[in-house]
Amino acid sequence: MTAVRALTHGFWRNLPPFRLVLGLCPALAITTAAEYGLGMGLAVTFVLVFSNALVSLLRRVIPDEVRIASFIVVIATLVVLVELAMKAYFYPLSRTLGIYVPLIVVNCIILGRAEAFASRNPVLVSAADGLGVGLGYTISLIVVGSLREILGAGTWFGRPVFGDGFEPFGFMVKAPGAFLCLGLLLGVMNAWSRRRGEIFVQT
Amino acid sequence: MELFGIFITATLINNFVLSQFLGICPFVGVSGKLSSAVSMGMATTFVLTMAAMVTYLVQHFILLPLGIGFLQTVAFILVIAALVQFVEMVIKKVSTALYRALGIFLPLITTNCAIMGLCIFAAMKDLSFIACIVFAIGAGAGFTLALVLMAGIREELELASVPRALRGAGITLLTAGILALSFMGFAGMKF
Repeated sequence: MTAVRALTHGFWRNLPPFRLVLGLCPALAITTAAEYGLGMGLAVTFVLVFSNALVSLLRRVIPDEVRIASFIVVIATLVVLVELAMKAYFYPLSRTLGIYVPLIVVNCIILGRAEAFASRNPVLVSAADGLGVGLGYTISLIVVGSLREILGAGTWFGRPVFGDGFEPFGFMVKAPGAFLCLGLLLGVMNAWSRRRGEIFVQT
Repeated sequence: MELFGIFITATLINNFVLSQFLGICPFVGVSGKLSSAVSMGMATTFVLTMAAMVTYLVQHFILLPLGIGFLQTVAFILVIAALVQFVEMVIKKVSTALYRALGIFLPLITTNCAIMGLCIFAAMKDLSFIACIVFAIGAGAGFTLALVLMAGIREELELASVPRALRGAGITLLTAGILALSFMGFAGMKF
């Protein structure tokens, strides 16, 4: 498999959180606005690219029995880097995302890609896979965030979309709106896949 | 009374699954059957309580005195991973019945964000040791409650005709949305 194919698979075939039903917690929690989705997505992408590359580099060194623990150490180190960088350069964003920044470490997408892909593929291809899945995740988060922000607050990336007469649909930015939005999007994705003839149902 | 407030807040008002979005993956994955939902809830509550105690000690006797608070994320996840492994070994040795009931869920718990989230929350709020334990048991009870409710509903849903595209994770998330809506009713409670 070439690096280009690994990269593009992240955009549809392995698109999280819809096709790979992983990483749902941040996808529900921080998508109250498109901007937060973008911030979270980029943070995850950074960790994913470097963790995939490092795990792939070390794949012949790490003994099989302790591989999960070793992957977690690599991922945790990268997450601390992101956490500190965010606090230094994007302080308001890091305040809003709060606990979900350190929680990137237990995002199953990252450990999942390390275990399923990076531990058995060469470095460049693994990094490309990380970039593809990460960008796919970022796009998904922006889509969910945009939907919820536009309907729930009447703005998009902080700019008002509708006229003054718009009454925000506050339910969308609260907890039930998150579940509803993601559930319906999942349904739309499944219906679309079925029309294209791909048999695919999440369990 | 303050401890009771912490317990109720963690169980109902700020339910980990339905209002904090922590532990969604096992919530979607293991809520198909009532019996496995109960086992998963119990295993998670147990690990939550152990993890809250151990990370409290790590935070207050290692990280803070040495001034290396920025290593919190790395230290916590390592402690949790080691703890889960240890619990699994102990249960395997002590009780075969318990191991058969909880065993397969234990490895999943390492990457359950409810555990890590609880430890970070407890460190952030600077809770006392006792309050930490009560917070953990409350959060575990809330997680179990959400999981059991969901499993009960999903067992009924098996008989319903769900639109094809929504089968599986889709309908689970929509149902969770309705549950979350009802849990919003607790939001006004004050202790």
